[in-house]
Amino acid sequence: MKMSFRLRAAVLSVALLVAMLATWQVATMGSGTAADMDPEYAKLMGLTATQGKSAMPGPLDVGKILWKHLADPFYVKGPNDQGIGIQLAYSIGRVALGFFLAVIVAVPLGFLIGLSPLFRQALDPFIQVMRPVSPLAWMPLALYTIKDSGISSIFVIFICSVWPMLTNTAFAVANVRKEWLNVARTLEVSTLRRIFRVILPAAAPTILTGMRISISIAWLVIVAAEMLVGGTGIGYFVWNEWNNLSIANVINAILFIGVIGMALDQLLGWVTRLVTYPE
Amino acid sequence: MTQPFIAMQDLARRFPAPDGGSTTVFEQFWLGIERGEFVCIIGHSGCGKTTVLNILAGLDQSSAGAILMEGKPVDGPSLDRAVVFQSHALMPWMSVEENVAFAVSSRWPKLKHAEALKHAHKYIAMVGLAGAEKKKPAQLSGGMKQRVGIARALSIEPKMLLMDEPFSALDALTRGTLQDEVLRIRAGSDLTVFMITHDVDEAILLADRIVLMTNGPNARVAEVLVNTLPKDRQRETLHEQPDYYPIRNHLLDFLVRRSKNFVPPAGYDPRKPPHVTAGKAGGIVDAAD
Repeated sequence: MKMSFRLRAAVLSVALLVAMLATWQVATMGSGTAADMDPEYAKLMGLTATQGKSAMPGPLDVGKILWKHLADPFYVKGPNDQGIGIQLAYSIGRVALGFFLAVIVAVPLGFLIGLSPLFRQALDPFIQVMRPVSPLAWMPLALYTIKDSGISSIFVIFICSVWPMLTNTAFAVANVRKEWLNVARTLEVSTLRRIFRVILPAAAPTILTGMRISISIAWLVIVAAEMLVGGTGIGYFVWNEWNNLSIANVINAILFIGVIGMALDQLLGWVTRLVTYPE
Repeated sequence: MTQPFIAMQDLARRFPAPDGGSTTVFEQFWLGIERGEFVCIIGHSGCGKTTVLNILAGLDQSSAGAILMEGKPVDGPSLDRAVVFQSHALMPWMSVEENVAFAVSSRWPKLKHAEALKHAHKYIAMVGLAGAEKKKPAQLSGGMKQRVGIARALSIEPKMLLMDEPFSALDALTRGTLQDEVLRIRAGSDLTVFMITHDVDEAILLADRIVLMTNGPNARVAEVLVNTLPKDRQRETLHEQPDYYPIRNHLLDFLVRRSKNFVPPAGYDPRKPPHVTAGKAGGIVDAAD
């Protein structure tokens, strides 16, 4: 029987997952009770020494905690103990806000740069210098001027989201096919109509690609930013659980960050496909 | 001398050369086109045909000279002169009807969208694409795309149609049907057409006059061949016309031999390039005035 390509890939994926989990389980399993140990010393050292139990949680430990999170993701038991769903919601909210602020700034500015060679030349040095700066380097400046940690992390997201969108928009607008612009010229199309009916749809796929890069970077940066500013968010959660020495929770957080990051990327990918035109 | 519908006077196009001087693509380009005339321009690549057309379209600037349309200078693109682009230049994100309606509502901005679509449908049907209104250009064949390009150009009801090798990217069969289409559409209208072509037979079938340009750089109009075939000529019977082969041979002879090292004949006046005929009544006829 010949399996379809997708099915074969899926089977291989599952097999790899099972192999990985099994290795993980075996590697973190206890090696049995250490017999000849002074009971006083054993008490001092804990399970790691007495039963050879690894400090690293096994997949079953992680699974148990994952189940706990999934069963009640939105609980609030005081400021330092909130469900992982709430922490993720904080992070997603900050990313969304910073991202949309970046869209509002980057797309019109990108159009300006793309349409005007003068602006392109004039703004180029600023963009070249600002773009390689790690967004977290802005954090102290943001905290000092904004004086609010939540808004500061949104600002950091804004800063890191702006550049890919800006450069992609400017590039796409500057490289709209000459013949489409010539059509608009021979039809005496007004500037606004030209921008919205010709340039924007022509440039949309490249602009959306820039946005997709932006949201991926934003999701990378939010974790680090929240570790710095603390309070709420998945980044804070990771740092908090590290301080609690709850490695199982940290691994859970990594899983959730990965899944949400993938979902954000897929969402933008879906929108990109909507505006992509076959030629 | 009365002013023709289109008067191209002393056009030239020069580009700065690397050595600091300038390269002249063509110069002393004089040509008049009467209302309702179909004029083809033939010449080798690099003689500036497309540049002439673009200047006429208002998409390019001439380095010297001027164009008058109905006595008024041409200084930019205008809805009076519609262009059919070589590469069809349809917007791939718009459907067929949206592409044409975009032109229609550019021409008549006050028109409601539904009315613009209705107007567009008329021209889509005219080029034989009724039923394909909702399709995207990517779903159409090359010939169909160019039909849409023609529908879009005609839909704004221009005074003049400019075509830059509109059929050169198509296979011979499709090209033939589209040439018939152009003949059919133009019969019964007084549309003025200026067309660039590489195809000698296409020029003979469609054009009233064929402008022959020498090779660039420093290209110029060598002569203008007046097409003496009957007005109601058909593609199928074109080769049976007695003047067909003399005309064809004249054009080919020019393209193969004379365009390269054209020596202006005695009395050559670039303001009035010699008008010639081939065949029975062959010889130099008087200039168009």
